[in-house]
Amino acid sequence: MERHFERDLEELKQRLLWMGGLVERAVHQAVHAVLDADEQLAEAVLSEEDAINEMQIEIDERVQRLLALQAPMAADLRFLLASSRINGDLERIGDQAVNIAQSAMRVLRHPQVKPYVDLPRMSELAEGMVRDSLNALVRGDQELAQSVMQRDDQVDRLRDQMFRELLTYMMENSSVVFSAFELVLVAKNLERIGDHATNIAEDVIYFVAGRDVRHPALDRR
Amino acid sequence: MSDMASAAQSKEIASRLALKVRANEPASTAPAKETAVRFEISNLDFFYGQKQAVYGLNLKIPKNKVTALIGPSGCGKSTFLRTLNRMNEMFHNTRVVGQILLDGQDILQMDVVKLRRRVGMVFQRPNPFPKSIYDNVAYGLRINGYKGRLDDLVEHSLRRAALWEEVKDYLQKSAFALSGGQQQRLCIARALAVDPEVLLLDEPCSALDPVTTAKIEELMFHLKDSCTMAIVTHNMQQAARASDYTAFMLDGKLIEHSETPRLFTTPTDARTEAYITGRFG
Amino acid sequence: MSQMMEDMRLRWRKSLNIVMLTLTGVAAFAVVSVLFLILGYLIYNGGKSLNWDFFTKLPKPVGETGGGMANAIVGSLKLLFLAAIMGLPVGLLAGVYLAEFGGKTFSFVTRYTTDLLNGVPSIVMGIFAYALVVLPVKHFSTLAGGVALAIMVIPITVRSTEEFLRAIPGNMREGAMALGASKWKTIATVILPAASGGIMTGMLLSLARVAGETAPLLFTAFSNRYWSSGWEQPIASLPVMIYTYAIAPYDDWHRQAWAAGLVLLGLVLLANLGCRLVLNRRGAYRGV
Repeated sequence: MERHFERDLEELKQRLLWMGGLVERAVHQAVHAVLDADEQLAEAVLSEEDAINEMQIEIDERVQRLLALQAPMAADLRFLLASSRINGDLERIGDQAVNIAQSAMRVLRHPQVKPYVDLPRMSELAEGMVRDSLNALVRGDQELAQSVMQRDDQVDRLRDQMFRELLTYMMENSSVVFSAFELVLVAKNLERIGDHATNIAEDVIYFVAGRDVRHPALDRR
Repeated sequence: MSDMASAAQSKEIASRLALKVRANEPASTAPAKETAVRFEISNLDFFYGQKQAVYGLNLKIPKNKVTALIGPSGCGKSTFLRTLNRMNEMFHNTRVVGQILLDGQDILQMDVVKLRRRVGMVFQRPNPFPKSIYDNVAYGLRINGYKGRLDDLVEHSLRRAALWEEVKDYLQKSAFALSGGQQQRLCIARALAVDPEVLLLDEPCSALDPVTTAKIEELMFHLKDSCTMAIVTHNMQQAARASDYTAFMLDGKLIEHSETPRLFTTPTDARTEAYITGRFG
Repeated sequence: MSQMMEDMRLRWRKSLNIVMLTLTGVAAFAVVSVLFLILGYLIYNGGKSLNWDFFTKLPKPVGETGGGMANAIVGSLKLLFLAAIMGLPVGLLAGVYLAEFGGKTFSFVTRYTTDLLNGVPSIVMGIFAYALVVLPVKHFSTLAGGVALAIMVIPITVRSTEEFLRAIPGNMREGAMALGASKWKTIATVILPAASGGIMTGMLLSLARVAGETAPLLFTAFSNRYWSSGWEQPIASLPVMIYTYAIAPYDDWHRQAWAAGLVLLGLVLLANLGCRLVLNRRGAYRGV
C-alpha cells in the first residue's frame, strides 16, 4: 500500500526540481545577457524573480506541514531537512542570477572590454554544478554529489583568473573600469552560485547517507 | 597610542574567540561516554515450548538511562522485557538459554522474589488491585515482610510517581475510582514502593490519552535520577521522546541498538529504516 | 425497475425485523408471566393461611386445625448451615484449584466429574447419603441430610468459583507476582478478594438451590413432628413438610403446605437480595 505521505514527499521533490529548473534557466539567461549582449534576456530574469520567491515560500510551507503532521523519521526526516536547506540555496542562486542580470544591463551600456573566454566556461561549470546537484538529489547519487563538490575548486580558480585578468585591464585602461568592475561582480556571483550548488550537494549526501560533510575540519564523532 | 589600543582590542577579540571555540567544543565533539551498565544480556535465547521467540540477543542496558525497545508486534520485545524479571516463568514450558547479569549477578541463579524486588514492572493496562489506594502502594512492602511505618513510604512512593497531590485526601478510596492515567501512575508508585533499581515498562501508555501519556513520560524523565528503565513501546514518537537508547527488534533478533537521536535520524540497518519510516514489509 | 426491487427488499427486511422483535418480546413476556403466575398463586393461597402461629408453633396432630411449622423452618436453616460448612469450603478450594493451579489431565477429569455430579438426580444423592451416613448408624439424622445437601452444593460452588476466578484479568496476577508475591499469596491477597463478590453470589445461589430440595432429605433427614435437638435426630424441613402436607387428604394441611411454600420462596428471595446487597457494597471493586 502506497502511503499518501510518500506521495507528498514525491510532490515536494517535484516542486524542488521545478524551482531548480527555474533557477537554472535564470542563471543561464543572465549570463547570456552578458555574453550575447541581450537586454531582453536580462529583463526576463528580473521578471522571473517573483516566481522563484513564491516557489520558495510554497516549498517551505510544504516542508513545515509534513514535519508537523507526519513526524517523519530517518531518511524521510533527513530528506525534509535537506529540502528545506536546498530550498534556501536555490532561492539564493536565483538572487545571484538577478544580480548578474542587473550587472548585464549596466555592462551593456558600455563597449565590450575584451572577448569573453573564461566567463562562458565559468558559467557552464556553475550551471552544470547546479544541474548535477539536483540530479544527484533525484537519483540519490552520492558520487555525483561528490563530483559537484570537487568542481567548486575549478570555479574558484576561474574566478581568481578572471579577477587577475580584469585587474590588468583596469590598470592598463581606466576607461574600462566600469564595465570591468561589473564583470568582476558577475564572476563573483557565479562563484557564489557554485558555492550554493556545493551546499546542495552536501545536503544530498546528508539525505542519502546521513553523513554531514559540510565542515570536514570539525572533528565530529 | 592608537596602535596600543587596537592591539589590546585584537587581543580581546582573540581571547573571546578562543573562549567561544572552547565553549563550543564539548557540545559538538562530545565523545560517546562509557556509562555504567545495569543489565548485561549475552547470547539470550528464549523458547515457548518448541517455538523460539528470542534469538541470540546481546544488549547492555545502561544505568540511570531509559532504554526503549521497539519493533513490530510479535517481534519478541515484550517477551524479552519479561525475561529481565523472569515474568515469563508464569507460563508453562518456557526456557531461557544464555546469560542475564544484573549488576554482575546472574539473575537466573537469583531468588525470584529478590529479583522482582530489584526489578519492578509496569504493565500495558493499569492493573491496580481491588484495594484502597493506600493498600495498593503498601502491597509490595507488606508481602515482603516490611514491618516499619508504612505511611511515610506510601507518601514517598506516591510523590515519586507524581500522584500524591491528586490522591492525598482519598488514600482509603478504592483504586478503581481513579482515572486510567492515575491508575497507571498508582501502579508505578506501587512498583516504586519497594525501591527497585530497575523499572520495566511494558507499553505503559498504550491505554492512555496523549496528555496522560505526556505526564508518564515526564515522570520517567525525573525517575532517571534513581532508577534504570526499559520500556517497550509501539509508539515510535514515544521512544524518540522518552528514551536515551533505542533497540530495534525484528523476528526475535536485535537488529540495531544505539543512542536514540542517532537511531531515529540515521539508522544503519535498512530494516530499521524501513520500520521507523513506516515502510515496513 | 431495480429501484422497485430495492424498495421491496427493504420493506421485506423491515417487516422481518418487526416480526422477530415481536417474537422475542412475546417469549420474554411468557417467561415473566409464568414467574408472576406462580408467585401470585403462592401469595394468594399461602398468604391466606400464613399467620404468626405458623412461625412459632409446632404442627398440630391430625384432626386439629391450626398450629405451625416453626420446627421445619429452623430445621431447613440447620440443614443449610450443615451444607454450607461442609460443601462450600470444599467447593471453593476445588474451584481455586481448577482456575489457578490445575494441570491438564487432572483438571479435565475434575471439571468433567463436577459437571456430571451436577447432573445427578437429587434423589440419587439422597440414596447415596443414606448409604453413607444413615445405614451405618441405623437411623435418620440431621447430619445425614446436611451431607446430602452438601454434596449437591459442591459442584455448583466449584464451577461458579472457577468462572469468577477466571474472569479476573490476568494482569492483576502479573501485577502481584511482579512485586514478588508467591502464587498462593497472589491468590489469597489479590485474586480471591477481587472475585469475592461473584464467588459469594455463587455460594448463596447454590444454597438457595438446595434449600428447595425434597428428594435427598426423604432418606436422610426424614421428618419430625417435634423439635429436634442436636444433629443426631431426624429433623423437619420445609420442602419435606410441603411434600407430606400437600399429599395429605386434609384441607387444613393443604393450606399449611401453601404457607410453607411461600415461606420457602421468601427465604430464597431473601438470600438473593442478600447477595445483591453484598455485591453492591463491593461494587466499586468490580469492573476492570
